[in-house]
Amino acid sequence: MDTLPLPDDGNAAPPPTPDQLRELYSLMAAVRHLDVSAVAWQRQGIIPGYAPELGQEAAQVGSGYAVDTARDFVFPTYREMGVARAMGVDMVAYMSTHKATWHGGLYDPVKSRLAPIQAVVAGSVLHAVGWAHGQTLEQNDGVALAYLGDGASSQGDVHEAMNFAAVMKAPVVFFVQNNGWAISVPTERQVAGGSVAARAAGYGIPGVQVDGNDVVAVLEATRRAIAHCRSGNGPVVVEAMTYRRGPHSTSDDPGRYRSLDEERSGAGEDPLRRLRRRLLDDGIADDAFFAAAQAAAAAEETSIREGIEALGPRPGSEMFGLVFQETTPALQNQAASWREESEHV
Amino acid sequence: MTGFRQAQSPDAQSPGTEAHGNHTATLSMQQALNRALDEVLAENPKAVILGEDCGRLGGVFRITDGLQSKHGENRVFDTPLAESGILGMSVGLAMAGFHPIPEVQFDGFAYPAINQIVCQIARMNYRSRGKLPMPITLRVPSFGGIRAPEHHGESLEALFAHVPGLKVVSPSNPHEAYHLLKYAATRPDPVIFMEPKSRYWQKGDVDFSTADAPGTGSPTGAKVMREGRHLTLVAWGAMVSRCLQVAELAAEDGIDVEVLDLRWLKPIDADALVTSVRKTRRAVVVHEAPLTSGLGAEVAQLITHGCFDTLKAPVERVTGFDVPYPSGDLEDEYIPNIDRILFGIQRVLEYRRG
Repeated sequence: MDTLPLPDDGNAAPPPTPDQLRELYSLMAAVRHLDVSAVAWQRQGIIPGYAPELGQEAAQVGSGYAVDTARDFVFPTYREMGVARAMGVDMVAYMSTHKATWHGGLYDPVKSRLAPIQAVVAGSVLHAVGWAHGQTLEQNDGVALAYLGDGASSQGDVHEAMNFAAVMKAPVVFFVQNNGWAISVPTERQVAGGSVAARAAGYGIPGVQVDGNDVVAVLEATRRAIAHCRSGNGPVVVEAMTYRRGPHSTSDDPGRYRSLDEERSGAGEDPLRRLRRRLLDDGIADDAFFAAAQAAAAAEETSIREGIEALGPRPGSEMFGLVFQETTPALQNQAASWREESEHV
Repeated sequence: MTGFRQAQSPDAQSPGTEAHGNHTATLSMQQALNRALDEVLAENPKAVILGEDCGRLGGVFRITDGLQSKHGENRVFDTPLAESGILGMSVGLAMAGFHPIPEVQFDGFAYPAINQIVCQIARMNYRSRGKLPMPITLRVPSFGGIRAPEHHGESLEALFAHVPGLKVVSPSNPHEAYHLLKYAATRPDPVIFMEPKSRYWQKGDVDFSTADAPGTGSPTGAKVMREGRHLTLVAWGAMVSRCLQVAELAAEDGIDVEVLDLRWLKPIDADALVTSVRKTRRAVVVHEAPLTSGLGAEVAQLITHGCFDTLKAPVERVTGFDVPYPSGDLEDEYIPNIDRILFGIQRVLEYRRG
């Protein structure tokens, strides 16, 4: 499904160059390696938990790569590691959320153009609408990207956000990663009608359903959607059809709700293998390139792991000091008591 | 909290009767709030008002009357009818550098937005380590007393005050409404501004001078509305004027009642409570909200902790009951009335140890 009109000049965004295709592969390889490693970190006790995005590398890297971090702003949930990496976010600061250092992560959301990680499913979708309407009010051309999943699409806030955005013509791309599963509940028991993008018609806005395992298709759809928003045409829904190959989190056990056969048939071709095949077929990359990309991914993961392991706990005074911009006497008193009565001075 | 800025003289024609060289006027609370918002919009180009019917209509209580036509549709705008949407959108506007002043039309309509208020507005400054402050002033027409339908007479202060990251304030008269709203709407933190809807049309003198001018008081902390020696009545919102009436009646019996308008329900001005009750040695706290886990319990504890050695009696509470807010016919049975407050005073005065 694709109801997003082509730009006025008849051309979609230009296809990625060979350099960009190689960069996309390198990013996906780095994300894959970090993602798989993070599960291992959890098993090794380096981090207490993690929400893997295995299988969603194309959807995340392809969409994050389309963002212009000079003017756009991205609103993630808690499974957007690949988006953060594609946007160039400091990955030690990002992964610190999984180290239980600070819920929102330690990166600067303003400089990174990535809102803090937050755990309320669909919680940030309305924020994207508000931020985007702010662009309209100030006649800026930034676009908000709101990330949500098939499970989040059941939340009332998603309806409110799409309706508000459509009424106000807010420049928002609602980027849905439909990965087939909301923890244990499959899409067919989650999304009536089978498509979130199809709902766009009801709001009178364009919707695109795209192969979420094809990074080039995702990139091009996201670029078109962003261009549509930037031109003042209002919001777009992009639904990237992908598959959550791993568990919901490191505490989840998919064996209780799906079989290995179902996983194999549902997952389709691995998005990395697919891009690799394309690069080889087109003569854009060779085995040496892939070996180098893999080595770079491994080195990057080592560096991030060392950074994570070196992170100590935040000073307890931050519990009190970051609640308000202007603190209160009650908080000051509680902080003073805590200081007196704890050993963490 | 510090940093209250002087109110600029509004360039608009203000409603109400002005006198005394333009520094005071007799206004209803609705007019005082309207004027405060008018000035906030004029002084801060990042301030925006949003909500249901707040644009062309001027709000169902007319608090935003005329503001859209004066300041434009980019500053004062109607939203679709969805409170979570209004508050969630306010988060995004604040992230983009705006100072949103959203309105939920009635107290009970804040419930559909609780997720955005509690999980997002209250936490974003913390979650972002101070990088994304939430200067959101949420106006909530609050409390009962107007014979309204269900969910139009709720008292949510204890619920909001319990949430880390929120501040809560309620004005008791037009003067307080003007100054507290102007103060709240210039803060960098989220403030729930609970307007006593039953007092919207009561007139009073508003002194527009600076907060430090004699008689106007600071916009922070509690405020003694009537001095007394025998007992302190602690109240906020619409209950303050009722307590002042009670104090007049008690005076006829020779009982000298002090009335403390708490104003800020978070942070609570514990020093003012202790100062007053150390003097009077007796206290009754009055609120419309249900008794159990109401803010009166917090007030009573702060007084008890600060005045334990001098208290002559346990702090008494005169409140609504632990029932869903009733229909208009039973409203007067629910809201603390003059007789119930006088009984509360009597219980405290007649208390004997042991």
